[in-house]
Amino acid sequence: MENFFTRYRNAGILVLLLFAQVVGLAVQVRRTSESGSTSLIRFWVVSAITPLEKALVNTNQGVRNVWRNYFYLRGVRRENRELKEQIERLRIEQVRLSEDAAQARRLQALLGFKEQYIAQTVAAQVIGSSGSDQSHVVYIDKGSNDGIKPDMAVITPDGIVGKVLRVVHSSAQVLLINDPSSGVGAILQSSRLQGILQGTAAGEVMLRYVMSDEKVAPGDQVLTSGGDRIFPKGLPVGSVEQTNPGSDLFLNIRVKPAADLSRLEEVLVVSKVVENTPSTAEPSAPLRAADILAERLPSVPPKPATVPATGTAASPTTATKPSAATSNGATGANNAGMRPSAPAAVPSQARAAGAMSGEAAPDNAAKKPAGKPAATAPAVGTVSVTRGAATKPAAVKPVASKPAASGDATKPKAIDSAGQPANPATQPSPGEEGPR
Amino acid sequence: MTDMPLVRTSREEIEVYRFGPIISVLIPLLALVTQAFVPVKVRSFAIFDLPLLVTIFFAVARRSQMAGMLTGAVIGLVQDALTHQAIGLYGVAKTVVGYGASSLGVRIDVENPGTRLLVTSGFYLVHQAVYFLVARNVLGIAVEWLWVRTLLAAVLNGLVATVLFGLLDRFKHST
Repeated sequence: MENFFTRYRNAGILVLLLFAQVVGLAVQVRRTSESGSTSLIRFWVVSAITPLEKALVNTNQGVRNVWRNYFYLRGVRRENRELKEQIERLRIEQVRLSEDAAQARRLQALLGFKEQYIAQTVAAQVIGSSGSDQSHVVYIDKGSNDGIKPDMAVITPDGIVGKVLRVVHSSAQVLLINDPSSGVGAILQSSRLQGILQGTAAGEVMLRYVMSDEKVAPGDQVLTSGGDRIFPKGLPVGSVEQTNPGSDLFLNIRVKPAADLSRLEEVLVVSKVVENTPSTAEPSAPLRAADILAERLPSVPPKPATVPATGTAASPTTATKPSAATSNGATGANNAGMRPSAPAAVPSQARAAGAMSGEAAPDNAAKKPAGKPAATAPAVGTVSVTRGAATKPAAVKPVASKPAASGDATKPKAIDSAGQPANPATQPSPGEEGPR
Repeated sequence: MTDMPLVRTSREEIEVYRFGPIISVLIPLLALVTQAFVPVKVRSFAIFDLPLLVTIFFAVARRSQMAGMLTGAVIGLVQDALTHQAIGLYGVAKTVVGYGASSLGVRIDVENPGTRLLVTSGFYLVHQAVYFLVARNVLGIAVEWLWVRTLLAAVLNGLVATVLFGLLDRFKHST
């Protein structure tokens, strides 16, 4: 008997070791959330490995920066010239798009849409991966110390990347969209067909659950639908690469991700998404006389507002949103066809009004420093309100059936030319009628 | 040493090597960090499995089944912790490989490059097979067995092993 145990001791230990690990796996499968022991192992390993990876990334980046910034400057002048030309083109395009966006917002407001937009992001650097083909995850150099939490969306300027899965103090694990266990609500831009984006074992991205009788062409753009409650609606996902009829009722749609998932360096973690209902229009509200006059009279040149900044800088996405402080439904709807003669002058004044009245709307545009060039926040619906106030002749008393109350920034407010709220005593009383 | 009967065809075949404690920790750690870091820059690098190669190297050189399977288990569990999947998948696979490699190490000559290529390629296939079986049957993960890719990866890992083992040979000491 003793001889038997001696002879098969190592094999017995192997069996015990395997049995222990398989039992451990089974326990992990049964539990929905991660148990303390496994999360502790992950915590130790990640805490030990990620500092080394960070050091490697920093060293690599330092050497590359020195090379690129001080030695390898070939073609920089040409690139600079091309970029300037591109800026000019984009400026022109921005003007056109901002008007389209304003119109879309008005329509959304009429339909009572709830829109989501990215209010805050944290830039992070990719420092490592799982190192396995079976697990498409990467590690970033920001963790709970930087406000990162599980289930936050991770994006690049090109498109979505994944979501935060686990977080330790100074790093976080991000599950990429090409992992088989990943799932993202997606919509085809042209046909508005909805599906679920999933990864495959080979690292491809597939759009599932689109019926086989639908027509989907290669090249169609895929956007996030917002249905997963992780990614805000409308973020670029990629484009359709190939479409095949599936074995069941659905199409097999292969999507080429917009973000290059195999070469991720810097990413943005969406740390704050704000859901907002655009101001609803009030078609029955009376038109202000000052607005009509402002349309006929030459506009007053803009004066820089002197209101101190009340918050952090807004992301470019939020800059195009209309401020709640300025979005008067009545004027927004009534002046839909009006073109602002001096759009740059208005938003800063309007923001000042919102900030001074204690407005706590979740719109970062209202928090932007007043000295910021106002051209970045075009809002057609905004212009008519504030410009009317800014150009209001002293003798003219506007029609104001709803006088602006303190803190109610969604109602029209009288603002003087310096962007300060007018004296409440001079506000028109309800029912008081001005010249038409 | 081991309880397995030794087949002695030359003196080198039964040579048992040992490694200093720093090397025993540093080399697997370096393999894990490299495996986690390089695929960020070069995604196709993930086809290699440096922790597996290090497991095979230590197991074959030490020629101890106990040391082989413990090395494999520890390296595998650490590798598991870096993925998002359950901890134990790589642990089980590398434990089996560690045990198998150390058992084989006492039977055949594993010092020449040709043998190393074949042994490493073979153990890569064993590793993938065990991983596949456990992932599919214990965890219910829908993993795909891709023959062409797996065979290609086995050969590539074998080629890398011949170079890597040559470098790591410098750190081993005869007992």
